[in-house]
Amino acid sequence: MEEVELPPPPPTGAVIRTPASVIDVEEVQAPAPTPGDLNDQLLGTSVWSDQLIASAGIPIYDVQVISVGGGIGSFVLADHLRIAGMPTNAFMALSNIETPWQTYEYLTKVSQIPRPERLRSDSTGMPDNIWGFPSYALRESRREKTLAPLWSVLTEPVFTDYWTPRAGTAFEGMAREAARIGWHGMVTMGQVRMVRRREGGGYFTILTPPPGASPTKRIAYRSQFVHLAVGYPGLRFLSDLQAYRTAYGDIARVVNAYEPHEHVYDGLLQKPGRVLVRGGGIVASRVLQRLMEDRMHKGAQTQILHLFRTYIDGKNAQNGPSRRKGSMGFAYQGFNWPKGAWGGQLKDAIESAEGAERAEIYKKLGGTHTPRRKLWQQQMRRAAGEGWYHTFQGEVTDVRPGDGGVVTTIRQKNGSVHAIEADVIIDCTGLEADLAESRILADLLEHSGAGRNPMGRLDVERTFEVRGTRNGVGRLYASGAPTLGGYYAGVDSFLGLQYAALRITDDLAAQGIVKRIGVGRSMSQWWKWFRQKPI
Amino acid sequence: MTPTLSGRIQSRIFLALLIGVPWTILLTPFLPGIRIDGEGFVGFGPGMYPVTFTALGLMIVLGAVVWDPLYHGLQQFRWERDWPSMFALLTVINEAVLLWFVLSAVGVDGGGRAQMSTFVVHIATTWLLMWLFAVGPIRVVLLRYRFSGGRILRRW
Repeated sequence: MEEVELPPPPPTGAVIRTPASVIDVEEVQAPAPTPGDLNDQLLGTSVWSDQLIASAGIPIYDVQVISVGGGIGSFVLADHLRIAGMPTNAFMALSNIETPWQTYEYLTKVSQIPRPERLRSDSTGMPDNIWGFPSYALRESRREKTLAPLWSVLTEPVFTDYWTPRAGTAFEGMAREAARIGWHGMVTMGQVRMVRRREGGGYFTILTPPPGASPTKRIAYRSQFVHLAVGYPGLRFLSDLQAYRTAYGDIARVVNAYEPHEHVYDGLLQKPGRVLVRGGGIVASRVLQRLMEDRMHKGAQTQILHLFRTYIDGKNAQNGPSRRKGSMGFAYQGFNWPKGAWGGQLKDAIESAEGAERAEIYKKLGGTHTPRRKLWQQQMRRAAGEGWYHTFQGEVTDVRPGDGGVVTTIRQKNGSVHAIEADVIIDCTGLEADLAESRILADLLEHSGAGRNPMGRLDVERTFEVRGTRNGVGRLYASGAPTLGGYYAGVDSFLGLQYAALRITDDLAAQGIVKRIGVGRSMSQWWKWFRQKPI
Repeated sequence: MTPTLSGRIQSRIFLALLIGVPWTILLTPFLPGIRIDGEGFVGFGPGMYPVTFTALGLMIVLGAVVWDPLYHGLQQFRWERDWPSMFALLTVINEAVLLWFVLSAVGVDGGGRAQMSTFVVHIATTWLLMWLFAVGPIRVVLLRYRFSGGRILRRW
């Protein structure tokens, strides 16, 4: 992937930056008023009239559906809508990334999943194929001329680990599908500032185009429908590590797995060091794999220290008569929710629950976990056996600079205090920032009637319409990570984005905006997809 | 696969009708062991249709009444609430054994014209085709199938 130009970070980095719209770029205040800019009257008015915008000198463009984000969420919706018969000029994604997978690829790459490595995603969760057939496993089997992926999906998860696709397979597939549906003609570059309701129905979306792209500072899109697919509001550090970075200004020794940290691995190849890994999720597994392989194959002499807040060694979490498995500190689960949450018993349970009851189900099924993969098991056993992998459990009470490194003080379960000395700390916890960290979502909560669900995220209906924002003939939808806690748990996954897109497409079909993808249309469109016929 | 109980039963009926019935019509005349009036293998036995269709029908009934509730119960012990494809394929073994005993007990073996080989080939191939259709191509026909826990009659 090409290097992405990021805005300059504040020295201690309160929120982790990514290339996408998820982190808003600070606006530079022009010394003199610029033409076509937001004014106080607009900022202070929740529902805008056409006249109000025109009087500010902001040009208005009409598009039926605006999708804010331009990442995989926007792309998957565009794919569904095109297949449901929507013309390219009725849909516009507003984006500040070049390709739909740019943010995703950035995050997977820095967290140690380069293109040839495997994602944590089902074989049928396919952003390039609304049917999930033929699956990634079939595709890989054909391309790499091996039956292994098919054997794996047949026997998973009993005899083999859950089969998951390579990151590169997903990106290449999306590139092909993007060309097939005319995606590149449906994207406008820029930074979305806000979405507001329009007097008389529908919405206005305010875009700040790149400098020089427009004679005015802002442009407005007037649309009947808006779809928000803005991804994570942001990722945060653990508070004790954030406090350390702020207090000591040290961003080299305390890094987050979701920010570039290759210098850590490079340094460890140069000279022996001690690394403290924090967290018990998939990112921790990935980072351990990298550290262990560097030691096993590249001659690094790293001592790996691993701190769990909760060390799991056996069955954990309970749902009816079933329990989640675990060992060596980790809880094991194939994907980010139990499989039945995407389309089975667990989906039904979540879909029919409201308020506190729904939050309770989320709590019961949630937690931190990683897939059980044979390779990781072998590596951890060997590393522990050879004495260069040590685990700890405890609550962190203090992090401060020590003798050439960082000293983490923990209080262990039995109450005793222990100090862990390391040269580098890698935070693999992936804490998510609050909704209000996203300027677009904060504005929506303040001005447009949107609210929070029982888990504090954006409250959406079963159709993924943002509750409380309907405006005349207009509807506002949202999908992806900000909607976690709603009637569908797996929103932050390829398959979940496909589900949301299908629900939104069906809702639009019910309003006569697109055709419903019934049996006939599904089969004929699949045949077109199969032959890679452009639509 | 992540079926619900109702989804299991609906899928079973749907697959039997869509795949099982046409396949049984095509296959029956060519099944091994078919004899007409004790004359030895003739190679064409439309008289066997009642036998094969009884087997198919009974496979649905026993499945819906006995097996699907049992599988559903077992699924509750799985944290993921899933039903691996391999289970869906291999459960033909237990189902076929019970089916054979029930068919023999009620005497629907075509007056001695159907042999175990008739039955095995019919049930094994029918099951395999239904399974193959259910693990992939069904999603092309029913776009919402994978989100509905196997239910066919469902608009969200």
